[in-house]
Amino acid sequence: MRKKAVSHNIWGYIFLIPFVVVYLIFQFVPLASTIWNSLFENYRSGLNQIGPNFVGLDNFKEIFRNPDLWLYTKNTIIMWIACFIPQIILSLLLAAWFTDPSLRLKAQGFFKTVIYLPNLIMASAFAMLFYALFSVNGPINSIFMQLGILSQPFNFLQTVWSARGLVALMNLIMWFGNTTILLMAGMLGIDPSLFEAAEVDGATSTQIFIRITLPLLRPILVYVMITSLIGGLQMFDVPQVLTNTTGDPMRTTMTLIMYLNKHLYSKNYGMGGALSVLMFIVTGLLSLLVYRFSTEKKS
Amino acid sequence: MKKAVRMILSIALTAAMAVSLTACGGVTPASAPGTDAAAAPAATGGDTGKVFNIYCWNEEFKSRIEAHYPGYEATDATTGKIGDLTVNWVITPNQNNAYQNFLDETLLDQENKAVDDRIDMFLIEADYALKYVDTDYTLSVKDLGITDDELKNQYKYTQDIVTDSNGVLKGVSWQGCPGVLIYNRQAAKDIFGFDDPDKVQEKVKDWSTYNETAKAAKEAGYFMTSSFCDPYRVFSNNVSGPWVQDGKIVIDKNIDEWINYSKEWVDAEETNTYELWDSNTWAKGFYPEGKVFCYFGPAWFIDFSMSVDDEASIAHAGGWGACEGPQGYFWGGTWICGCSYSDNQDVVADIMRQMTTNEEIMTQIVKDDNDFVNNKPAMEAMAKDPDYKNEVLGGQNPLPMFCAGAEKIDLSNLSPYDQTCNEELQNAMRNYLNGNGTLEEAMDLFYKAVEEKHPELTH
Repeated sequence: MRKKAVSHNIWGYIFLIPFVVVYLIFQFVPLASTIWNSLFENYRSGLNQIGPNFVGLDNFKEIFRNPDLWLYTKNTIIMWIACFIPQIILSLLLAAWFTDPSLRLKAQGFFKTVIYLPNLIMASAFAMLFYALFSVNGPINSIFMQLGILSQPFNFLQTVWSARGLVALMNLIMWFGNTTILLMAGMLGIDPSLFEAAEVDGATSTQIFIRITLPLLRPILVYVMITSLIGGLQMFDVPQVLTNTTGDPMRTTMTLIMYLNKHLYSKNYGMGGALSVLMFIVTGLLSLLVYRFSTEKKS
Repeated sequence: MKKAVRMILSIALTAAMAVSLTACGGVTPASAPGTDAAAAPAATGGDTGKVFNIYCWNEEFKSRIEAHYPGYEATDATTGKIGDLTVNWVITPNQNNAYQNFLDETLLDQENKAVDDRIDMFLIEADYALKYVDTDYTLSVKDLGITDDELKNQYKYTQDIVTDSNGVLKGVSWQGCPGVLIYNRQAAKDIFGFDDPDKVQEKVKDWSTYNETAKAAKEAGYFMTSSFCDPYRVFSNNVSGPWVQDGKIVIDKNIDEWINYSKEWVDAEETNTYELWDSNTWAKGFYPEGKVFCYFGPAWFIDFSMSVDDEASIAHAGGWGACEGPQGYFWGGTWICGCSYSDNQDVVADIMRQMTTNEEIMTQIVKDDNDFVNNKPAMEAMAKDPDYKNEVLGGQNPLPMFCAGAEKIDLSNLSPYDQTCNEELQNAMRNYLNGNGTLEEAMDLFYKAVEEKHPELTH
């Protein structure tokens, strides 16, 4: 007698269909066509279309021949680091305070909401605001001059360190709330009995933080770092609007995606595609790293 | 396992996001225009649509039509009526090239549009006129039935700009844009002790006198101009060759001269490195506390750009004066083009006729809006009219100056790349003048930026 097996697997596949369809249309097809496009010379001069002519890997060669690619990579990384280091310190501190029951913080819900709020403002609106605030005749300069800190208005957006600093600062303000919430989730996942045991043994709160919280938080920290790096590599909206698409001064705030965007002026899908494919490879490798890290933990 | 699947999917998602930025629209190559667009439907007669679409980037032309085109009725902010035809204004502000991007996409897609969605008329500026004029997307003015005789009163330069490489006129303009030096009368009194246009002209009659005046202005607490870019057009309009020659970017000696002067002015703090049109910085000079001696601009600048509606502005108080300045030049202007896909070409022709050849209407535009119109007899008559006064200029009649300037404008050195070159040069030089790089580095930046936008060019 054969037993009739009842399989419910079919429902799993049915429920997956909407995602797969959306993924195929809006992610996979564009992805494949970008790779395809990167192999062609294809741009517009005025209203005249040039190409598409198959050129093999010429677009990639052209990109690597351009020494500026490294400048833009450097800019992106510098601005990301300048944002990420203060951000992780601030977020760790806030997360530790929020999750520490002995502090009995009041109005936690309010503050958690407030630190997340900057993320809800559109980056472009936020950048416009900073552009006005820090312009040569802007309020920041007049405050500094009235306080006697500056004798001459300081050109924040035309000085390398301050322009990069402003981009980093804005990204910091926009993203520290998000990071804090991720870290809080990680900290709340740590077994409270470990903290209690440490307290019974007479450990100070600093010791508890360094010896217990941080090591157990490591997977989350790595996750936060890598996702932030991926986001950082794609940094675009803030510097684009803040510098009015120029990447001033002397393109020291021009990120990789801003450079990509420059090629879209002439609808240069070949060069744009090639740069995108390179970004895809880097981002893919970084994503693999996160994946590797989060699976290693279990084995 | 579930986790693994989710992880793979999330990796794919994140990665896809990185690249989807460029992916839009890149798959199918657009059909090359110019080759087959000659067969564009010239749908005169027969079935005509009921909607007349006008593409432009600001309210200027709309307000002219509303006030002066016979039979036009405004229904709301973006639509109007001419007879039983609905006029639809599609206004896209030109920030970051948004207007041209939108116009290009729409033009290239005309064949797939319903009759009522097709562009009937669009507006262009001198800096990129050739980009559109040299294609079959623009209608020949002669084919619209407008004769040379009707156009004879227009200034020749306004026709040169929109004449294609085969000598066919493809657009018309209602305005002329000879530029002058517009000075702050109060500043002139503070610096020289007088504000009479003829006497002020003596103080700015050539570049060396101009530089002397800049020094004097600084001593009196004024910036000569708001930005080093203000006098740019005076140099760039008097070049000896176009920006691009045989696919190569060429720096004219006049441009070099502008760069050298700019360096002097900025180093001496006689001007600033502001971006043109920036309301936080550059436009502060439209108010007394901005302490700017002069701006360079044509008629539309005086009437349309200098915050005349704001009570605190110098323009509102009539505190500006105008004189010829060191050299003649022109700046900007708006041209009307008929789109070859238009299904209402008789209306296109009539708007062109009324707005750019009808002397009566054009004279009225001068009286109401202080624009400088593209009609020689009308302007010459107005120039002699003792009753005509420009309020912004404190009652001065600047028309004789504009008339003289308009005759002298020479546009043989226009190229389709002018807009890119002008914008990118000003930006690159801002970096140089702010001390962010050497002149050589700034020139590299300029070439780089232009070649990114136009991959077919070299230097």
